[in-house]
Amino acid sequence: MNALEIKNLRKTYSNGFEALKGVNLQIKQGDFFALLGPNGAGKSTIIGISCSLINKTSGNVIIHGHDLHKKPRQAKQHLGVVPQEFNFNVFEPIEEILVNQAGYYGIERQEAFKRAEIYLKQLELWDKRREMARNLSGGMKRRLMIARALMHHPKILILDEPTAGVDIEIRRTMWAFLQKLNQTGTTIILTTHYLEEAEQLCKNIAIIDQGNIIKDCTMNNLLSELEHECLVLNLKTSLKTVPQLEAYPASLIDEKTLEVQIKKNDSLNTLFQILTKLEIEVLSMRNKSNRLEQLFLDLVKKEHHVQQQGSSTGIVNVFKR
Amino acid sequence: MYLKDNFTAYKTIVIKEILRFSRIWIQTIIPPAVTMGLYFVIFGQLIGSQLNDIDNYSYMDYIVPGLIIMSIITNSYSNVVSSFYSTKFHHHIEELLISPIANFTILAGYVSGGVARGLIVGVVVTLVSLFFTRIEIHSFAVTLLIAVLTATLFSLAGLINAIFAKSFDDISIVPTFVLTPLTYLGGVFYSIEMLPEFWQNISLFNPVLYMVNGFRMGMLGVSDASLLTAIMIIIGFILMLGSICLWLLHKGIGIKK
Repeated sequence: MNALEIKNLRKTYSNGFEALKGVNLQIKQGDFFALLGPNGAGKSTIIGISCSLINKTSGNVIIHGHDLHKKPRQAKQHLGVVPQEFNFNVFEPIEEILVNQAGYYGIERQEAFKRAEIYLKQLELWDKRREMARNLSGGMKRRLMIARALMHHPKILILDEPTAGVDIEIRRTMWAFLQKLNQTGTTIILTTHYLEEAEQLCKNIAIIDQGNIIKDCTMNNLLSELEHECLVLNLKTSLKTVPQLEAYPASLIDEKTLEVQIKKNDSLNTLFQILTKLEIEVLSMRNKSNRLEQLFLDLVKKEHHVQQQGSSTGIVNVFKR
Repeated sequence: MYLKDNFTAYKTIVIKEILRFSRIWIQTIIPPAVTMGLYFVIFGQLIGSQLNDIDNYSYMDYIVPGLIIMSIITNSYSNVVSSFYSTKFHHHIEELLISPIANFTILAGYVSGGVARGLIVGVVVTLVSLFFTRIEIHSFAVTLLIAVLTATLFSLAGLINAIFAKSFDDISIVPTFVLTPLTYLGGVFYSIEMLPEFWQNISLFNPVLYMVNGFRMGMLGVSDASLLTAIMIIIGFILMLGSICLWLLHKGIGIKK
């Protein structure tokens, strides 16, 4: 059984904007799944419909075998959501926010207080439990929303850009927490703009653009499509001209920084042999951009190009007639 | 299991609502007590002492039930309209929409919160009235029944207002332009028998008249309308507004995209 299954999902907003054009998606139980896409691609609409916050136009959302439209109570029981925007009552103490959330799922207050203690301690918010939510920092508010989403022990956790605006230390703590949660069997669905985050955490990935899924595969398969990488080398000595590195196209960013293109299956040893021969000493090396970022940009660009060609062909055909 | 879960969810919303208005008691409980205290002084004592008895009761005694029910109407309405609109405005309504709570439970929870505030304010205003007069309640059961039914009705009306409201201005339009005129013209300060026949007949179309007089019947045993008619009208409105609320929640109008 899939954790989440989306069948031919369509959404047209009242202003006529078609946000989803028949999306199909299957997410397996226990998966750590990334849903990526540029702004306005339809990610939030998919999540909004799956969480019952947006009415669909047509199609089906099936959560752990229960159709969200036909059996909403059974379907919703399995779902926990961490939205992009803070959506708790900032005038309530944080422990009360968690206890209330549990209550909405039929969990009695006594049990809810026990669960709140567990999650507040795990997410390092226990000392703040009596504080009004408005007094928390941005990172704390994000952690509060994760704790809130877990109060009813959902089998699926959807996180819509959970680390937006969070400093790197807290981000990494949150990654570790989510990885641990996934290891206990919780399916995690993540949307993020930090593609490094998706690459580090997720096993499977779907990319959505203009309301269509343009890629749906494993993270490894996607990364294997990468044809070349761009390395940035920090040099010990200054260079006046771009060195000739045979099959490796290179350019100078400044006198001590060299950018080199390398094909995916090429050995780095050969490159370093050439550099050594040219007496160019390398102090350090890094990828110019995140690998997934490059692929993501290529895919979205390709999709836009295909659509533009399609529309211009249409215009030509009209003129030919 | 389904009923038990929904009952727990219902209790959660009611506790949350009661805690909400209790936390801000200076804004929610005290102002009606002060306002009604002023009404008792100015209309009841200063002006009322110059007026004749109505239905064998002093003017002060006659307006006490009207002022209590007016507080119940205003507070049950404003509790639900402000709480539910603020839940919408700050997006924490999403907590409810994502969860498996039945729409009826959401409705019952918010309405119970409104009824709770209406009744608490009603009791406070009654206590304030004891500084000015001594009233022996004619029928405690009828008084409580009309108070609960009226608070339920105006809580439902408040919820509908909150669902359609798009700004904080929208939640004050109905109380200012509909609720206040209907209440003031609903026989709080006078018996409709004091009006010319034409205005008496017009007044009979005002639903608030039946609530005020039903409540007055409970407290004093006198009324301009029959108790049965008052109860039937209030229940009729509750069923109508309740059905509208459930339909709006089911469709997600005003709360879902």
